[in-house]
Amino acid sequence: MSKKPQTSNWSRRDVLKASAASAAITGAPLFFSRNAYGAEFLNNPGDGGTVTLGFNVPQSGAYADEGADELRAYKLAVKHLNGEGDGGMMNTLQPSALTGNGILGKKVEYVTGDTQTKSDAARASAKRMIEKDGVVMVTGGSSSGVAIAVQGLCQDAGIIFMAGLTHSNDTTGKDKKANGFRHFFNAYMSGAALGPVLEKEYGKERRAYHLTADYTWGWTQEESITASTEAIGWTTAEKVKTPVGAGDFSQYITPVLNSGADTLILNHYGKDMINSLTQAIQFGLKDKQVEGKDFQIIVPLYSRLMAQGAGENVKGIFGSTNWHWSLSDAGSQAFVKSFGQEYGFPPSQAAHTCYVQTLLYADACERAGTFEPCQVGAALEGHKFDGMGNGPTEYRAEDHQCFKDVLVVKGKDNPSSQFDLLEVVEVTPRAQVEYAVDHPMFAGGDLGSCNNGA
Amino acid sequence: MDALFLQVLNGLDKGGAYALIALGLTLVFGTLGVVNFAHGALFMAGAFCAVTLEKVLTISTKVKDESITFFDAYKEVPILEAKFPVVGAFIVDFSVPFAILLAIPVMLFLGLLMERGLIRHFYKRPHADQILVTFGLAIIFQEIIRHYFGANPIPQSAPSMVSGSANIGALFGLGENVVYPWWRLIYLTFAAIVIASVFAFLQFTTFGMVVRAGMQDREMVGLLGIDIQRRFTIVFGMAAVVAGLAGVMYTPILPPDYHMGMDFLVLSFVVVVVGGMGSLGGAVLAGFLLGILQSFASMNEIKSIIPGIDQIIIYLVAVIVLLVRPRGLLGRKGVMEE
Repeated sequence: MSKKPQTSNWSRRDVLKASAASAAITGAPLFFSRNAYGAEFLNNPGDGGTVTLGFNVPQSGAYADEGADELRAYKLAVKHLNGEGDGGMMNTLQPSALTGNGILGKKVEYVTGDTQTKSDAARASAKRMIEKDGVVMVTGGSSSGVAIAVQGLCQDAGIIFMAGLTHSNDTTGKDKKANGFRHFFNAYMSGAALGPVLEKEYGKERRAYHLTADYTWGWTQEESITASTEAIGWTTAEKVKTPVGAGDFSQYITPVLNSGADTLILNHYGKDMINSLTQAIQFGLKDKQVEGKDFQIIVPLYSRLMAQGAGENVKGIFGSTNWHWSLSDAGSQAFVKSFGQEYGFPPSQAAHTCYVQTLLYADACERAGTFEPCQVGAALEGHKFDGMGNGPTEYRAEDHQCFKDVLVVKGKDNPSSQFDLLEVVEVTPRAQVEYAVDHPMFAGGDLGSCNNGA
Repeated sequence: MDALFLQVLNGLDKGGAYALIALGLTLVFGTLGVVNFAHGALFMAGAFCAVTLEKVLTISTKVKDESITFFDAYKEVPILEAKFPVVGAFIVDFSVPFAILLAIPVMLFLGLLMERGLIRHFYKRPHADQILVTFGLAIIFQEIIRHYFGANPIPQSAPSMVSGSANIGALFGLGENVVYPWWRLIYLTFAAIVIASVFAFLQFTTFGMVVRAGMQDREMVGLLGIDIQRRFTIVFGMAAVVAGLAGVMYTPILPPDYHMGMDFLVLSFVVVVVGGMGSLGGAVLAGFLLGILQSFASMNEIKSIIPGIDQIIIYLVAVIVLLVRPRGLLGRKGVMEE
């Protein structure tokens, strides 16, 4: 019996396949970067004359008008960074390393993406910016769901994310990330600022009924406002979740009539707030009396664009806002003047926070002397600044949340101009809205460590 | 009891809108055999007739806004109100009811244009082709609206004399908390009148008789020498007018935006399927039934037992109805079954 000579099981084809697979595995981490070879961080602009920023805003969907205002602000910021126009808040930022000669001598360019106010679309658009356009920073928002999703993507990819309008506690709470930074205030701050004003205006004995948008922002705002109203002695009649974009809220509003509640708190934003407020007023809630008390409606998060949409209905209604164009400090006036001259109307709070975030990122790069995300992040952490329309502000190192004064506003009874829809009732000092990093409403998250994508 | 009564009213109100849209949808399907996914866009187009009229009536001159000192701002003063203070203010106040007069010819024209210009080319094509082309058309409509009117909802006011609430509790011997907005009551009455008119038109006129005959047996009516196609084209226009009027009257209830047609379309299709494809009575019945069920499912007492039921009730009912009665509540044999 003859034995066949033992041969290798590897064919030439197998060897080729294995080689290709090895090459793919070895090269995989470099896939993200077009400048990966020799680069010490993702999307290093290297010796090029330009640097690209990614503006990821809702250009379609329910928040498209909010997104359009954000985009206007971003374009204005780029203009100012490149030394064009009157410089806006670059003239008032203190301290400032900005030169008006781009960022680190490189001309600022930008790409835009449409989040469609949907997390998956927002992630796809941010991914395209990072992989294809080579952006060094992504910014945008107008929905906390979107902001949290994009923040996670930027953390994984190794890019700085400067959040735009996002108000959920979770953005810098349980979903905080080392690569993410938020200038905008949050739901806890709204509650802390509103509580004392509501006590002063409406007393200690009230029964509140919440209608809440059923997603991360709505949940955390409901939790925050409930905590602050119950702290002043109010009771909570009911907390009802409503689908986002419900349109007709009548079936959620009619139970309020028979609930015994004397206050309706609308944890709604954008189109939902416009609809629910309009319909609540159509059902006569504003003219209603419960046990001798006038029925009240509260909208904890206000924006001028929403007030414009709701028209007459916002009169006398309390809420909070991150910034308002009528503020008289030098930074706000410089920004409003610059934005107004460019576009013919004042900026919204969404535009303000996006403009500020772009300038703060550029300033951090200048101070760090690099675009390397971890060094830029370190420059932002604990950074104290002023002159950006919110008074003295600090980017807290532990959670990357800006701490500053919060505005309590009320729908103006007698507007003096078409834009004069909200009046600032109180500027709540920073100390009143500050909280510990391990506060229960923000617990559960981990900032983790910075990722530069290398 | 008070809460139940109010939820019934809410359901009827919502159901009125569903029924009006579904009525047009099923009418088009029953006559032309076309699954028209652009029907929601016609509802939106009607709503934007009201927005357009209001914008035209409030065309303004720009006057420098002296209260803004940071930059050059201008405020708008409506010309009509400035020139005719009393009559002008009255016309602007009643812009939504007046928009009906505008919407009827506009929607009729739009409907005829859609049918003659596009949809007739798809009569003999598979339903999938019809769905794709009409869905594409709906997206084009909504993007045009978004381009010209923006993405934010544009609130429209009911005339000031009916902008408050009616104390219907006193009328029915219920509690003082039973109040209901006047305009919603008007909408409900309006929906009932339009539905009754469509049925009366089809039932009691010669034109209607021919259309019904055509729905039963198109070929036979054709062999009798009647140009049934022309009549069906007019029915398409009529369906567009019904959807448009529903849209106009709904604007003070729900501020219109470019997406409202899509929001209502999906629900209206469920209504048509539950009611029975091609059945006019089924569409109306299912519209009101699903509206009321949706309202009841939103009650806190129900939601505490089955969380989230308010968001799925319509689809749940659709599944059950289709399992028990595959042709829908009042569906006819042979429709979409070949």
